[in-house]
Amino acid sequence: MPDDADLTAAAAALGIPMDPAWTDAVRFHLDLSLRAAKLVAEFALLDEADPAPVFTA
Amino acid sequence: MTAWMTAGQIATGVLGGDLTCRDAVMDALDRIARATPINAFTDVLAGRALELAAAHDGNGPQGPLAGVPFAVKNLFDVEELPTRAGSLINRRRAPATADAFAVQQLERAGAILVGTLNMGEYAYDFTGENAHDGACRNPHDPLRMTGGSSSGSGAAVAAGVVPLTLGSDTNGSIRVPASLCGVFGLKPTYGRLSRAGTFPFVSSLDHIGPLARCVHDLELAYQAMAGADPADPVCTGRPADPPGPPGIEGLRIAVAGGHFLSNAGPDALAALHKVAAALGTTAEVEVPEAARARAAAYVITTVEGAALHLDRLRTRPGDFDPDVRDRLIAGAMVPGAFYVQAQRFRRWYREQVMALFGHWDVLLAAATPCTAPLIGQKTMELGGETVPVRAMLGVLTQPISFIGLPVVAVPVPMPGLPIGVQVIAAPWREATALRVARHLEAEGIVRAPWPGRQA
Repeated sequence: MPDDADLTAAAAALGIPMDPAWTDAVRFHLDLSLRAAKLVAEFALLDEADPAPVFTA
Repeated sequence: MTAWMTAGQIATGVLGGDLTCRDAVMDALDRIARATPINAFTDVLAGRALELAAAHDGNGPQGPLAGVPFAVKNLFDVEELPTRAGSLINRRRAPATADAFAVQQLERAGAILVGTLNMGEYAYDFTGENAHDGACRNPHDPLRMTGGSSSGSGAAVAAGVVPLTLGSDTNGSIRVPASLCGVFGLKPTYGRLSRAGTFPFVSSLDHIGPLARCVHDLELAYQAMAGADPADPVCTGRPADPPGPPGIEGLRIAVAGGHFLSNAGPDALAALHKVAAALGTTAEVEVPEAARARAAAYVITTVEGAALHLDRLRTRPGDFDPDVRDRLIAGAMVPGAFYVQAQRFRRWYREQVMALFGHWDVLLAAATPCTAPLIGQKTMELGGETVPVRAMLGVLTQPISFIGLPVVAVPVPMPGLPIGVQVIAAPWREATALRVARHLEAEGIVRAPWPGRQA
């Protein structure tokens, strides 16, 4: 789970002025998102698998 | 006030000379005024609606939706109104210079816009609560949620204020309120209906569609809105299929198992079994990796939503609904590689589900895991576990919209509160889902119950 320093650094990199009072809620939601992302990322896909959106020139 | 009529009945009355457009609009305005406690409307467009009604009455009303009053979720552009999308921030936007494409299409078919509707902020919501406009209240029990984010769209139809509304659905925002409010909702195929002139949320997943109290009204609205629109780059030029024949003969129908059963509570399962029994199906199929599909939809949603709102998060973070802001900030912090992986998984998942549609025409799943929770309720019990309401209301809809499948959410009247079932078809087969919904309605299995008069 990301700690306060991680969140502060990420918010600064994004240019978002994060109130310390929001930190716990943002951490909670980031943790949920990263768990979901982990579930997806650990699924083996072929190297050739294209993303769903395909640009048409 | 006249007796309540469906959109189809109003149009028939208007075209037959038994009803004027002004009568229909005045009736809707009266109902809107009486329905203030459910907090469904955010703008009432009396002047505009009466002006258009007078023009139609003077010229001879025309079109399959002649004189039908309708209302739209307030993320649809309405000329001369700032498109608020449920937010405080957007109220400072310049007023829209034109109506959304879908509004134009409905008005071309003779319908008359009478108002805009409450919604969850920026559509990032399954509850119907809104920090700025107040919670929309479920007409079946005003202490309970409507579901969201198309909260006013569900409530206005459930209460019979207007026969037809428009909503949007990214992860379930038409189907969840349709289920909790006990009305019909159509989420068409991704790319079927133009989203031009709507405030976006997640371009990869955003759809629009109608909500109504009967299947015929959904079909009238859907046919009126379908059509190519170069202003929405994902909108198809493929014509909508004509309505299918009556009955379900020849259709192969199965219940979606696994994730879709294990995340359905007792009321949801009862409604699903009632529908499945009426359709004579006992088959159950596993939709592969549905839970992972939901996770991928979650990632795509939070990242694209964050990207859309990044500048507003930088400059006006205090003006967001805190529940929305904190999720968007978190979304901005998700590494890009995870987003791309979710989009790669999406293509894989689509291929698996398309293979299922080689064997089945229709899949059935509950629309929500439970009936309407209480407004303000944060957790609920599901499968012996305590889970968060806000996220879990979409647990059964997200794996379906993730790959853009067309769905009709059908309301199943129950002894307590109503709940919906998803009738899911292959891409571009809205006509098949509507055909099954029409059959269930004709058999008396599904219908929109009136508040205070349950099953």
